[in-house]
Amino acid sequence: MSKTEAPAIEGWFTMDRERPHLLGTRCKSCQNVFFPKETSYCRNPACNGTDFDEIELSRTGRLWSFTNNCYAPPEPFVADDPFEPYAIAAVELEAEKMVVMGQVTAGVSVEELEAGMEMELVLETLFEDDDNEFLVWKWRPTAAAA
Amino acid sequence: MAHEVAILGVGMHPWGKWGRNFVEYGVKAAQDALADAGVDWRDVQFVAGADTIRNGYPGHVAGATFAQALGWQGAQVASSYGACASGSQAIATARAQILAGLCDVALVVGADTTPKGFFAPSGGGDRSRDPDWLRFRLVGATNPVYFGLWARRRMELFGATEEDFARVKVKNSRHAVHNPNARFPKSFTLDEVLASPMVSDPLRLLQICATSDGGAALILTSMEYARKHTADPVTIPAVSNVTPKYPNQLIEMPNFATDSGAGLSVPDVPFRPSIAKYAYEQAGVGPEDMDLAEVYDLSSALELDWYEILGLCKEGEAEKLVRDGDTSVGGRIPVNTSGGLGAFGEAIPAQAIAQVCELTWQMRGEAGGRQVDGAKLGITANYGLFGHGSSVIVKK
Repeated sequence: MSKTEAPAIEGWFTMDRERPHLLGTRCKSCQNVFFPKETSYCRNPACNGTDFDEIELSRTGRLWSFTNNCYAPPEPFVADDPFEPYAIAAVELEAEKMVVMGQVTAGVSVEELEAGMEMELVLETLFEDDDNEFLVWKWRPTAAAA
Repeated sequence: MAHEVAILGVGMHPWGKWGRNFVEYGVKAAQDALADAGVDWRDVQFVAGADTIRNGYPGHVAGATFAQALGWQGAQVASSYGACASGSQAIATARAQILAGLCDVALVVGADTTPKGFFAPSGGGDRSRDPDWLRFRLVGATNPVYFGLWARRRMELFGATEEDFARVKVKNSRHAVHNPNARFPKSFTLDEVLASPMVSDPLRLLQICATSDGGAALILTSMEYARKHTADPVTIPAVSNVTPKYPNQLIEMPNFATDSGAGLSVPDVPFRPSIAKYAYEQAGVGPEDMDLAEVYDLSSALELDWYEILGLCKEGEAEKLVRDGDTSVGGRIPVNTSGGLGAFGEAIPAQAIAQVCELTWQMRGEAGGRQVDGAKLGITANYGLFGHGSSVIVKK
């Protein structure tokens, strides 16, 4: 029996396997964008806004920098055993003028990454329990799409 | 310089992995600082403690813990938490008390005991609203992951190489050999550094600072009080603990993203350079006046960023500085004469205080084999999670 897909964290991204988006908020007063969502008080020091719209962030951007984990991160990360190193990307979203960090899709190593390359958002399994497969956002080189 | 306080005494407990209670290290450092100053503990009027760290948040209450361990004597007390800048916040608190005329003699002390391995959240259950928990949970973003992102960015922007990063470690390790308080007083070769295991590409084990036990303390006094003890005291003319300005466009621990800069003008001076700028302005000096610097080499690559942030060279020229030996003892502007974090490892609340201890020993000509001839003016730089950073200027 197949497991149920669930987000590893509620409300941070759309559960669209084909074209997922990160979910942020935009201040109704000053139009500034926040990720993760800001919902109570605008963090722009020139603004006293308290009302926000939920928005989808751009799902592609340029690779700002990257690194990897050669050793398993400690808990609360749920590491595979045996642990396979994986890459991590910081991607610059042009419209939002914001850099967003995330894991790089499994199987793409740092040797295959280059600053400035286009990256797109995907959903992949972060960890599983008996009933659920918990998904998280990851970055994938657009050129690597099947 | 109207805002000077004197550093009458300094003391440290050697860094290591001793596994004992942090209070012991703090008490030893405080007693050494008191003896160095020639001040009786019962004459200390104010105790500023830097809090121990428990995965990004303050742990044991510090100020009163040390005051009790040294023997309750009725001093006023304060404790500071500012991640890696906790020690400089404690310095700032004590300095403000002295400058306001509320006290003449203050003890500043920080010490910690650290667990093995990565700094990571421990316990507390599911903390799904805490970015410092979520970064581990969702991305596995350890501290070295952020260091790796910054290091790779340096390679992309300025053509820095793995060898450049390794040269920083080699240089600092040669300084550390002459420092009895360093945890790793061992000289490493370029080959040894480059042969150490990769942790977060492009950074290897020997290029990332460890977590350590240690303690450091200062006796700060008014200038008037100091002159009764010594004709020519070492002083602190500036302490900077600035926060970033919005929008902060650099990804920092423990965040998932930068602020959005869309539709906004970015600050004239980004966060890191603003830390030093405020210190220089306060002291009425500039980078060209500096004789040496102690900077926060969380990774060897980050030390190169600091050369530029502090104005020791232009942007993109830091690699040349380390290649030419300018930042070695004997060079134009020695950096991390203590051996830096690479040789100490972080005992977080003690670290910013330890940087001031090193500059004080240098100004007094007491730094032994790592002495910078004629050191008169130096700056520290320090940087940690949750938008904390600091600089202290030390002057003879």
